[in-house]
Amino acid sequence: MRVFHFSEQPYPPAWLPELKSLRVDLPSKNLDPRIMADLYERYIDEWILADQLGFDVMVNEHHASATCLTSVACVTLSILARVTKRARILTLGYPIANRLDPVRVAEELAMIDVVSRGRLEMGFVRGVPTEIPVAVRSGVTQVSRFWEAHDLILKSLTSIDGPFDWQGEHFQYRNVNVWPRCYQAPHPPVWITGRSPANVREIAEKGYVLGTFLSGYQTREIFDNYRNRRLELGMTPATPDRFSYLGLVAIAETRKEAERRAAIMQKWLYSVSLVSEPFGNPPGYFSVNDAARILRARGGLKGKTRDGKVVDSLNGTLSELIDAGIMFCGTPDDVHRQLSEFSEGVGGLGNFLMMAHAADLSHDETVDQITLFGKEVLPRLKQASATKAAEIA
Amino acid sequence: METQAGIVTVAGTRIEMRRSGKGRPILFLHPHIGMEHADGFIRCLSGHGEVIAPSHPGFGETVRPEGVASIDDIAYLYLELLDQLDLRDVLLVGSSLGGWIAMDMAVKAAQRISRMVLIDPVGIKFGARDKLDIADLYAIPDAKFIELAYHDRGLARRDYAGMSDEELLVVARNTESTARYAWSPYMYDPRLRHLLYRIHIPTLVLWGNNDRFAAPDYGRHYAESIPGAQFQEIAAAGHFPHIEQAQATADAIKAFDAGAPSAAKHKEMA
Repeated sequence: MRVFHFSEQPYPPAWLPELKSLRVDLPSKNLDPRIMADLYERYIDEWILADQLGFDVMVNEHHASATCLTSVACVTLSILARVTKRARILTLGYPIANRLDPVRVAEELAMIDVVSRGRLEMGFVRGVPTEIPVAVRSGVTQVSRFWEAHDLILKSLTSIDGPFDWQGEHFQYRNVNVWPRCYQAPHPPVWITGRSPANVREIAEKGYVLGTFLSGYQTREIFDNYRNRRLELGMTPATPDRFSYLGLVAIAETRKEAERRAAIMQKWLYSVSLVSEPFGNPPGYFSVNDAARILRARGGLKGKTRDGKVVDSLNGTLSELIDAGIMFCGTPDDVHRQLSEFSEGVGGLGNFLMMAHAADLSHDETVDQITLFGKEVLPRLKQASATKAAEIA
Repeated sequence: METQAGIVTVAGTRIEMRRSGKGRPILFLHPHIGMEHADGFIRCLSGHGEVIAPSHPGFGETVRPEGVASIDDIAYLYLELLDQLDLRDVLLVGSSLGGWIAMDMAVKAAQRISRMVLIDPVGIKFGARDKLDIADLYAIPDAKFIELAYHDRGLARRDYAGMSDEELLVVARNTESTARYAWSPYMYDPRLRHLLYRIHIPTLVLWGNNDRFAAPDYGRHYAESIPGAQFQEIAAAGHFPHIEQAQATADAIKAFDAGAPSAAKHKEMA
């Protein structure tokens, strides 16, 4: 199992309990750029440490938010491409349906791939609903825009024999000729997040790495959709490296300390739903049927425990979150056991996206978490995967 | 009042349509909230002629077809509908988003249309580029929309908990289709302002005097920009005078329709 260290680079000082919306409409005067400079430096340092300890690294992107100050993923990716030495560098991801210029996206990714000497893992996401209100394009045709952008980006990255033209439904270009060409041939590995059966089947057909976030043991059904689709089509069976899952990790020498850290990190989970009313259900993002349901009762993010109990992924209690595999919490032994059980429970997990920093967990605490996991848990997980791979071979 | 409701197919697109009353055809084009609370107005107006009230593609019960992606597309469909039903001497009445469609029809081909009434229309950008002329539907909570758009909030039905599944589905469908047609540029077509010279039929612009969703001062620009158009406020109404002041709105339309053509342009043509 590969483990990716991930942080949203939040700005916790603006995270006041009285604020009802932490994204879209929160004025940026709530941010002190001098404090943010320190925070950016610190978050980069934590990624460098993760690289040194054998982790891979991951960034994402959100806009107009106090909870994620990676507003432009390619800036952080570019820095990490230069300051890390060996880690795979994952973005999960680029919100390509909201980007107005897919060819520019291809240029950014190609450059990062070359600067990192072929360490880029290229993740594409549709993005959360609250990204729609800050996007120029509406949610209504987002899915078809996503796939056209995907097609255009891949064609841009793999066309090395001179310019081509593109006259699609959503994008039109002439003389597309991306320099530099990618370091990895034919292009960096593609990752896509998905939950809905139709979306997961499409990702499976293309053989991409599937990502799911905070879905707990419900992840099994999602991964099974992928596996079954491959089998239905007579394609090579999906291996664990085709699957990735994002969960939180609160780890310490004692359970008591780990639980204290978990409580801090849960503030991030609570924050995910903090947005002004109209931004949670933008038109076109959900199907008309789902949008109608949300009008009546605002939905939440749900996950399942191993026993099938439905848990509120954002507002559940700590023990519910642990049972559901949304939070991995305790001593290194505890966390190793929970993660191994989880991997087995979902049918084999090749990539764990580790959120070992969230909310206002301090730098020292984060360093301690990364170090403890890196020294006590990561070698065992890598060993287990190696053994498994040897058995299969 | 006898009402017939059903589906007509225009150029392959299914359109839900109601017809009530008798006499000269009155094509009523609904706002972005669909046919919500429009019954009273249609009743008042149907004493004056036959009210033909289509539900725009993707509104009400019909699913939005792939090929219908803009107000422009809808305007062509309704012009085709007028041909198909062979309607002549049509009084065209459009509320809000429906007013935008009406203007778009009038600049394209008005041979079958003799007069036009725009009720708090949207569709044109008049103000500063860093300020919205029309409040952002997608950035304000429902309660705020109701406060801005209605003079009397009691007339706004937004009790989602109390709605049936079918009614909720219609609300969600109308919201999504509005975004398809008017998300960006928000509630306007940059070309339309420069095409208004094409409007040669007498035009009345009605505006709810208490519309804070799109203010009367914004509304006056329409009357100033459409050749010979008149402007009239409807008292005690917000963005939807046809809902809040159904009778007064219908009366203003009837009076305008009975009046001599006032547009200089129209006289010239006659």
